[in-house]
Amino acid sequence: MKRIVLFIPVLMLLSIVLAGCGYNTIQQNDEAVIAAWGNIEAAYQRRADLIPNLVEVVKGYASHEKETLMAVTEARAKVGKLQIGSDVVNNPEALSKFQAAQGGLSSALSRLMVVVERYPDLKANQNFLDLQHQLEGTENRINVARVRYNDAVRVFNTSIRTFPGNLTNKLLLQLPRREPFKAEAGSEVAPKVKF
Amino acid sequence: MHLTSFTKYNHGWRVVAGLLVSIAFTFAINISITLALEVPHYKGYVNDYADIISPQMEARLERALQSFDLTDSTQVAVLTINSLEGDSIEEFSIRTVDKWKVGQKGKDNGVLLLVAQKDRKIRIEVGRGLEPVLTDLLSGRIIDTVLTPYFKAGKFNEGLEAGITAIIQATRGEFKATGGSRRGQRHDEASPLLKFFFFGIVLVAFLGSNSKTLGIVAGGLLFPLAFLFGLLPSFGFLILLLLIPVGALGGWLLPLFIAGFLMRGGTGYYGRGMGGGFGGSSGGFGGFGGGGFGGGGASGGW
Repeated sequence: MKRIVLFIPVLMLLSIVLAGCGYNTIQQNDEAVIAAWGNIEAAYQRRADLIPNLVEVVKGYASHEKETLMAVTEARAKVGKLQIGSDVVNNPEALSKFQAAQGGLSSALSRLMVVVERYPDLKANQNFLDLQHQLEGTENRINVARVRYNDAVRVFNTSIRTFPGNLTNKLLLQLPRREPFKAEAGSEVAPKVKF
Repeated sequence: MHLTSFTKYNHGWRVVAGLLVSIAFTFAINISITLALEVPHYKGYVNDYADIISPQMEARLERALQSFDLTDSTQVAVLTINSLEGDSIEEFSIRTVDKWKVGQKGKDNGVLLLVAQKDRKIRIEVGRGLEPVLTDLLSGRIIDTVLTPYFKAGKFNEGLEAGITAIIQATRGEFKATGGSRRGQRHDEASPLLKFFFFGIVLVAFLGSNSKTLGIVAGGLLFPLAFLFGLLPSFGFLILLLLIPVGALGGWLLPLFIAGFLMRGGTGYYGRGMGGGFGGSSGGFGGFGGGGFGGGGASGGW
């Protein structure tokens, strides 16, 4: 009898601690993933907003680099067409589409920046220098946002797969595992330099 | 110890306590990735690890940044390091501000001016709240037109002074006149509810280990009160009454089990203070306030 009575507070403690841990933590982590996704989108949007100005400035100095400029404009248009809300975090297919489009824009932009090296006048232009700073800043923001998104995803995935959470998720929430952001397509191959 | 009636079960309690502790630890440990270059501790606003600033200038900058923090609440930190050891300056910089948390919580108005001497690289990392005023563009211009020319000539003292002045001027006009009131309030990640809960446990255990009756009374009072105020305010009065004996029982038992686990080797319950050990030496520097960063700012080199 005594033994049973003794276990009541232990059980209560366990139930409060574990129930609190599992359910609320998963919900919080879920929100963190969605918030981190919002930051990714904002950073990419920022980049997309910079591109028309950049293309305009480069055109003034390097008008015969039509192909490269066209590629950037097209990739920008493709990104603009993406209709993506926060539900993309639950949809691996939409996520990979998003990544592909943004990756296309990234590689078009980096080609443009290589081409630009050939125009010393352009590189000395104050407008261009300013845009370059903004573009660099934006790329860094994208990087930071992606790293944080992946961290949030890792925490979330861990919380639905480890002990108190896995039961809570299975019985109550039934949230799917989230996909992290992968390295951009083509970035695993080092760029070739031709002379 | 007066455990006479419990000696029989004492071992069992220790097992349970050990289990609880190990569960707690499993969830408390962060899975951290091994990082290339470790972020140093901060000593004040100016952290001259590369030793490129003269002591006089260091004191002057420290005073200037402290008074700027007090008047405008914007926090500007300076870090100079010898070498990035192969790391990219952007990555090291964001790791540093994530650890230091320069700026006020909620306002995110922190700035880090980072100089890597051997790599000849500079970065201005701007908190989210300052991004509209100290834009990437402006940070880039400060690096290009203010810092770089001085650094090229080897004048680190003058360059840093001019650069910090430029940063301060750029941030002026935002977040003004809110300094002063925040001194001493440090924000923690733990929710108040959880803190209350653990505080209650510790209190009851403490009281109970001095006097059994005191522990029982404290447990019987605090447990239903915890439900009333924090955990589940919608509980009915009758249920709260029912909770009294449960809490009292807890107050009676808790000291035994906490004593069991504390005797096991005095785990560092309060070992979570700040790592730097500053406060006295730098004359009123109260630490950074918890500002958030999103990768804004600019990098450059000389």
